Amino acid sequence: MSKPTITSAHPLTHGLLVAAATGIVGLLIVVPLASVFAEAFAEGPAAWWRALAHDPDTRHAIWLSLTVAPLAVAINTVFGVATAWLVSRFRFPGRSLLITLCDVPFSVSPVVAGLALVLIFGRQGLLGPTLESLGWKVIFSWPGLVLATTFVTLPLVVRELIPVMEAIGPEEELAAVSLGASGWQVFTRVTLPNIRWALLHGIVLANARAMGEFGAVYVVSGHIAGATDTMPLRVEKLFQEYRTPASMAVASVLAGLALITLVAKVVIERRLEAEARELEAARSLPDTLDTTPLDTGFSTATKGLTS
Amino acid sequence: MNRSFLTPGPSFQPLAQAVVVLLAAATVGCSGSSSTPGAANRPAAIELLNVSYDPTRELYRDINAAFAKHYEQEHGTPVTIKQSHAASGSQSRAVIDGLDADVVTLATWPDVEAVAKSGLLRPDWQNRYENGSIPYHSVVVFVVRKGNPKQIRDWADLDRDDISIITPNPKTSGNGKYSFLAAWGAALAAGGSEDDAQKFVSAIYRRTPVLDTGARAATATFSQKGIGDVHLTFEQEAHLEVDESKGGLEIVYPKCSIRVDPPVAVVDQNVDRKASRHAAEAYLGFLYSPEGRAIIAKHHLRPWGDTPPPPAAGETWPAIETFDIAFVAGDWNNAMKKFFGEGGVFEAIYQPHTGN
Repeated sequence: MSKPTITSAHPLTHGLLVAAATGIVGLLIVVPLASVFAEAFAEGPAAWWRALAHDPDTRHAIWLSLTVAPLAVAINTVFGVATAWLVSRFRFPGRSLLITLCDVPFSVSPVVAGLALVLIFGRQGLLGPTLESLGWKVIFSWPGLVLATTFVTLPLVVRELIPVMEAIGPEEELAAVSLGASGWQVFTRVTLPNIRWALLHGIVLANARAMGEFGAVYVVSGHIAGATDTMPLRVEKLFQEYRTPASMAVASVLAGLALITLVAKVVIERRLEAEARELEAARSLPDTLDTTPLDTGFSTATKGLTS
Repeated sequence: MNRSFLTPGPSFQPLAQAVVVLLAAATVGCSGSSSTPGAANRPAAIELLNVSYDPTRELYRDINAAFAKHYEQEHGTPVTIKQSHAASGSQSRAVIDGLDADVVTLATWPDVEAVAKSGLLRPDWQNRYENGSIPYHSVVVFVVRKGNPKQIRDWADLDRDDISIITPNPKTSGNGKYSFLAAWGAALAAGGSEDDAQKFVSAIYRRTPVLDTGARAATATFSQKGIGDVHLTFEQEAHLEVDESKGGLEIVYPKCSIRVDPPVAVVDQNVDRKASRHAAEAYLGFLYSPEGRAIIAKHHLRPWGDTPPPPAAGETWPAIETFDIAFVAGDWNNAMKKFFGEGGVFEAIYQPHTGN
């Protein structure tokens, strides 16, 4: 009930702020997004469908994006869970460095990331001759697209999990271990259920970023129509070929996926907030259980995990 | 008990195994994608990759369809041609870095020569096809807004304070290089000295508000974003841009301009590895055939050879005096070093402007 007092104190400021915020959001987000859909459907839904389904290069681009993004997200999910567990449960030399390194993709321009991959995997690159003699293609082929996408989305899952895992703490996992659970059982029955909403949140964000990735993918794709063009690259290519409606049709699919992501994100965030409240409530309960471990070896472990 | 929790022991094996299986699957996937090259000399179906520059998309769409039909009739082998288009310099770099091109059809001689220098082409690539492996040429022309409101007629008009010019970055774009060289050559052709030429070209880039990386991006800047009064570009690109504008733009032919000579080459190392040499050579040869020349002309590129076919029945090629790279800078090596290399003229005249 404290909010209305602020607004009623400065009605003019309040009005101006609301107008400015709505204006900016409208101008920068709603209008451009609406214009994408308007342009995409300018020639009717039949033309929209034709642009998407009857152009083999566009079809391939959609298929490629729907393959590359989940692959990159899958790699990041495995990596993210493992890394988040490692840094939230253990203290070891280089731990802060590892966390910092996980953030590098946030600060490095995607174009630089792409060029770095070319420098390593390109024909003249570090691993180029080896890959060539094995007959493997990484750059200018789909593995390069997966690598580039994985790089730019790397922090999203792990960054989402670290704070949640730290908040939950190791107690439940330790309890499971003390009751004789195997590592896999601890992971599937204790850790995973605890982090599932945060994990899903990270996956949704990573997937959205992966689908829309342009810069890094642009450098390593080679621009081969019907082979290495992902959806965002196809949008640009169609636009440059003066096929604006077709270009916007593909863009509308990307925008549609973004909207679905947004809804998923909101739903998941509500769950996350609810779980945080539950955790808080559980914490504030009077401690009725004696959590002092009986086994002395166990308490050493606890020290190692929580210090 | 606690040890097995702290240090992943036997109980973690299923997880570790899952990770190993996933990594292995990814590795196998990498190798699986490139299993096409075989021992056979003539594969059942051939796929060629033509790595080209920006303004040839429409041309090669038609050439590819016609050639595929022609080749299958002649040799009984179906052939599909994949296309890659971007700024010419970037494309050259990509082929050097491993983009698997069977043929390169790039905007400028240095772009193909760079691929040759990397060892992918034999040094004599220029002598493989007629006219120094240049099957068609173009000229740099002006595209202006409808009715030519700023009265831009010739090169001298670009040196006016009320004119804003669109041309891509000569460092990355072949189109950009040619525009630069055309302006320089036009100043020389008008009787100016090297100093006059440099002053004229500096004035042009001072009036260039955006330097896009490729020809198509520059076209979009001029025609779709509506920036600038005049767009310097290749004749065929100008026609496309004007057709697309549905009356909003028109072409102006300056009195003289540079002859644009985009060379083509078979990428020897790649075609030998992929066993696609026969089709790749036939593909470039097709550009010199009557059918190929007619398609080239239709796209407003001037085919090489005597009596070039007109762009359309009843039309003629507009007359324009041309000079070549030799007139502007002796040869391409010289031009690259003098104008576009590190510490070259372009850096000297453009660098101070970027801060504005």
